[in-house]
Amino acid sequence: MRYNALSVIKNGLRGNIDWTRAWRDPEPKPAYDVIVIGGGGHGLATAYYLAKNHGVKNVAVIEKGWLGGGNAGRNTTIVRSNYMMPGNREFYSFSLKLWEDLSHELNYNVMFSQRAHINLVFSPAQRDALARRYNTMLLDGDDGEWWDRDRLKKRVPHLNMDGRYPIEGAYVQPRAGTARHDAVNWGYARAADALGVDILQNTEVTGFVRKAGRIVGVETNRGEIRAEKIGMAVAGHTSTLAAKAGLGKLPIESHVLQAYVSEPLKPFLDAVVVFGVGHGHFYISQSDKGGLVFGGDLDMHNSYAQAGTLPRYTDVMGCAMNILPATGRIKLLRQWGGVMDMSMDGSPFIDRTEIPGLYLNAGWCYGGFKATPASGWCFAHTIARDEPHEANARLTLSRYREGRQIDETGGGPVPNHH
Amino acid sequence: MLRIPCPFCGLRDHAEFDYEGDATVTYPPLDAPEDAWFEAVFLRENPRGRHREYWRHTQGCGAYLIVERDVTTHEIFGAELAHPGMASAMEGAA
Ligand SMILES: Cc1cc2nc3c(=O)[nH]c(=O)nc-3n(C[C@H](O)[C@H](O)[C@H](O)COP(=O)(O)OP(=O)(O)OC[C@H]3O[C@@H](n4cnc5c(N)ncnc54)[C@H](O)[C@@H]3O)c2cc1C
Ligand SMILES: [Zn+2]
Repeated sequence: MRYNALSVIKNGLRGNIDWTRAWRDPEPKPAYDVIVIGGGGHGLATAYYLAKNHGVKNVAVIEKGWLGGGNAGRNTTIVRSNYMMPGNREFYSFSLKLWEDLSHELNYNVMFSQRAHINLVFSPAQRDALARRYNTMLLDGDDGEWWDRDRLKKRVPHLNMDGRYPIEGAYVQPRAGTARHDAVNWGYARAADALGVDILQNTEVTGFVRKAGRIVGVETNRGEIRAEKIGMAVAGHTSTLAAKAGLGKLPIESHVLQAYVSEPLKPFLDAVVVFGVGHGHFYISQSDKGGLVFGGDLDMHNSYAQAGTLPRYTDVMGCAMNILPATGRIKLLRQWGGVMDMSMDGSPFIDRTEIPGLYLNAGWCYGGFKATPASGWCFAHTIARDEPHEANARLTLSRYREGRQIDETGGGPVPNHH
Repeated sequence: MLRIPCPFCGLRDHAEFDYEGDATVTYPPLDAPEDAWFEAVFLRENPRGRHREYWRHTQGCGAYLIVERDVTTHEIFGAELAHPGMASAMEGAA
């Protein structure tokens, strides 16, 4: 069923009883051409683009829980492309372009809102570093602007301009913003399903089926399922699953990142505001339901727990009070954590592996939501054609051995520095 | 809140400590082949379960500790001084 304004009105008048399921709940087939493990945004987008761009429609997405139960439904939904390093630059720039047409592409409103991403600047050194970054973006055809204090104050009237860290201005990407994360997952799921993709929820991959050095299938709690090619897109659970596949150790550590949502408010903030000074790190936006959605740094210690600890919580609240003191009396409604696949240089990999038939998509750190469309596009390309798309040609797994790390922050080979 | 039993200071909140990474990594000799260095610098076991890791009691005695912790349940099985000389001196004192 195609969604449009007319169908909303018609169904509304009929009491909304005629809507059909957005995607099927099929029984697993014994075999597929491609299996994608992980029903987060990346896995679902990969399945969609396999069917749409490459005509590979005999595809299953295997998800151990429910769609969007992982990071795809736990993130703070910031979408931007203010990356500088070759590798990330072309990839995130491509992703932002895909976002701009995503609702039409999927016939599903993903509520992509280009409300501007405002990176606050507190010192001349920070301004210089960001000038270099945003000029690099401009050279590449992306957008970026310097906003002085007056312009900033007009747009974000509640900012504490002269607090503990006086604000000098901001570097801004106007085309950046937020999207509704669940809608992205559901939109890709529905569009992939319509092209014939089987989405298998509550199906956990517990092992791999091997034949003559190749991986030819997966073992699951619903039985063995075969496929010629298998792609892994399991974010924070990559190391555990890779070990089962025999991939050996990877350049990843799993860490927990928390998110916080306040009670709903009237319009308060119509942009994404980011604060980073010293050890403080904080980002905030307001959702369409009115809640303030915000977060900060990792908890910093390795974790597979989808829940965070108190010190980071208090630190993030301190940051909120520092730049937006008006938030002080607002009640917090919800808080949770997600397990991040922190890579050794802070950048992802979308690549083939040394095991024939097995493909790997991981290392998203805490910036993989914005990557969803391009990640799916490039992973589908890599799986279907056995070679990378130009946007993921540098996002290889071998780059660490070759000394070609894509280290955007200069943090070194320490996962929690990125 | 995790609580880490520092051998010097006793049971302390983990907010007093800095996490310093995987303690199972051993760095090879300087002239070791590149492969050994690649593995030590870039590859991690990243287990879902018991993990040996360094924590520094930055806001306490300052010592580097090796803590064994379950990274899913956060259960802490013990902490010892990372420096073998310090560890044996502590044993002598006890
Ligand atoms: C608190 C928080 C804030 C964030 N904020 C942002 C942000 O503002 N902007 C941004 O760009 N990014 C952000 N991110 C990062 C982003 O959410 C992730 O990088 C991205 O969602 C990862 O890709 P995914 O959607 O495919 O992962 P996931 O949704 O985690 O998908 C992986 C799926 O694999 C499944 N799985 C695992 N093991 C198995 C198995 N054995 N068998 C079957 N299925 C399995 C899991 O259940 C899960 O559903 C944030 C993340 C968190 C946690
Ligand atoms: Zn101590």
